[in-house]
Amino acid sequence: MTDKSLLIKTVDLCKQFGDIEVLKGINAEIYTGDVVVVIGPSGSGKSTFLRTLNLLETPTSGEIYFEDVDITGDVNINYHRQKMGMVFQQFNLFPHMTVLKNMTLAPMKLLGLSKKDAEETAISLLNKVGLEDKANAYPNQLSGGQKQRVAIVRALAMSPDVMLFDEPTSALDPEMVGEVLEVMRDLAKTGMTMVIVTHEMGFAKEVASKVVFIDEGIIMEEASPKEFFENPKSPRLKEFLSKVL
Amino acid sequence: MFQKFLSDFHQNIIEESRWEYFTRGILITLEVAFFAVILGVLLGCIVSIIRSSYDLNINRHKMSVINVIMWPLNFICKVYITIIRGTPAIVQLMIIYYVIFSGVDINKVFVAILAFGINSGAYVSEIMRSGIMAVDKGQFEASRSLGMNYVQTMIYIILPQAVKNVLPALGNEFITLLKETSISGAIALNELTRGASIIGSQTYNYLFSLLFVAIIYLALVMILQYFISKLERRLRVGDR
Repeated sequence: MTDKSLLIKTVDLCKQFGDIEVLKGINAEIYTGDVVVVIGPSGSGKSTFLRTLNLLETPTSGEIYFEDVDITGDVNINYHRQKMGMVFQQFNLFPHMTVLKNMTLAPMKLLGLSKKDAEETAISLLNKVGLEDKANAYPNQLSGGQKQRVAIVRALAMSPDVMLFDEPTSALDPEMVGEVLEVMRDLAKTGMTMVIVTHEMGFAKEVASKVVFIDEGIIMEEASPKEFFENPKSPRLKEFLSKVL
Repeated sequence: MFQKFLSDFHQNIIEESRWEYFTRGILITLEVAFFAVILGVLLGCIVSIIRSSYDLNINRHKMSVINVIMWPLNFICKVYITIIRGTPAIVQLMIIYYVIFSGVDINKVFVAILAFGINSGAYVSEIMRSGIMAVDKGQFEASRSLGMNYVQTMIYIILPQAVKNVLPALGNEFITLLKETSISGAIALNELTRGASIIGSQTYNYLFSLLFVAIIYLALVMILQYFISKLERRLRVGDR
């Protein structure tokens, strides 16, 4: 966390699905080393916002600058996506491949790593999340928490510059939420830039460097976690926090 | 009774080396079926990828580049499927042989492979399309989010899962194709069924030669079935 340079910047980001305006002009700045937690009521557009950052959803208008390049322009998005890891609510591991193959496929095909190097990286990442014995297991043999930890290290195997988390614990049994948050907490400590959409308020308070409240398609409020939770300004946020805390 | 059976067997199979109609017929039938399956799967994969890519990615509100390229391709594929599925295979075979290659000295085996391959491709493409559409959208997003492009995602992530989904239906299609080759007699190709009917016309005993040829088809299909279920088991490894 030495230099805090601007990593992602969105300008007037809008997204419509048919006639429904989901994002109505989002201006956000994410610096390297930031852990940005995005919260908001369901249907507020927070997941859509996250998914536009790596263009899984194409914005209707507006710009997204990632490492000073406007990725909504005429660029090879596949190249930029290599540097943006993403973790999904439904894990989305490849069920026809072992854990190891899940983690080595993209590094071998895209970064040109040899099988040996890719597997070494994968094993050392699996070690970090305590799943080294699952390298040759298939995703369906894992518990939900294990699947999500594999999904996180699969994204990390590409050595991304930022990690996007789309409600990573929402599909988990309660007793498995902890192990996934633990991995994310450790990741934050390494200085990884993270953007996390979540409903885990405790986690937001503890790990976030900035909390963003999205409602009705715009950023209603953003602040440090202390300020955000102890001294909310907008009435919508006050109302939201009173319901969830 | 048994005496009659033996003499019929002798007359229909042994006499004048009539068994050669069967051995040569089996080879031709297998040759046509094998290469037609390959051609059909290739065509089917290409057509199904075009059709499902169009259905999944099309942006109906914009005149984007994708629309301009994909719309005609998709249209051609739809016409192909409609015509092939809408007309009898035997008519297609005869059109290719007697109309398209009329007056050209051409290998009948090649014509049969071409006709059955094109015919099968239409069915395989719809089978594959159902398999592709059944793969969870999240698989696609996960692959793309790692930075893999559309083609890589299709080859490494979507198609393997799609094939697994539709293998029973594909097996059906391969079996149908193997038996469908029996209509090649229409272009005077000496495959298995035509061999049997020639024997029958020589000995005036159709029962024996047709029964015999039916048993051969049954045996071939059972062997094919064995390999398909073996493949099915292999693709199921990830299912616990």
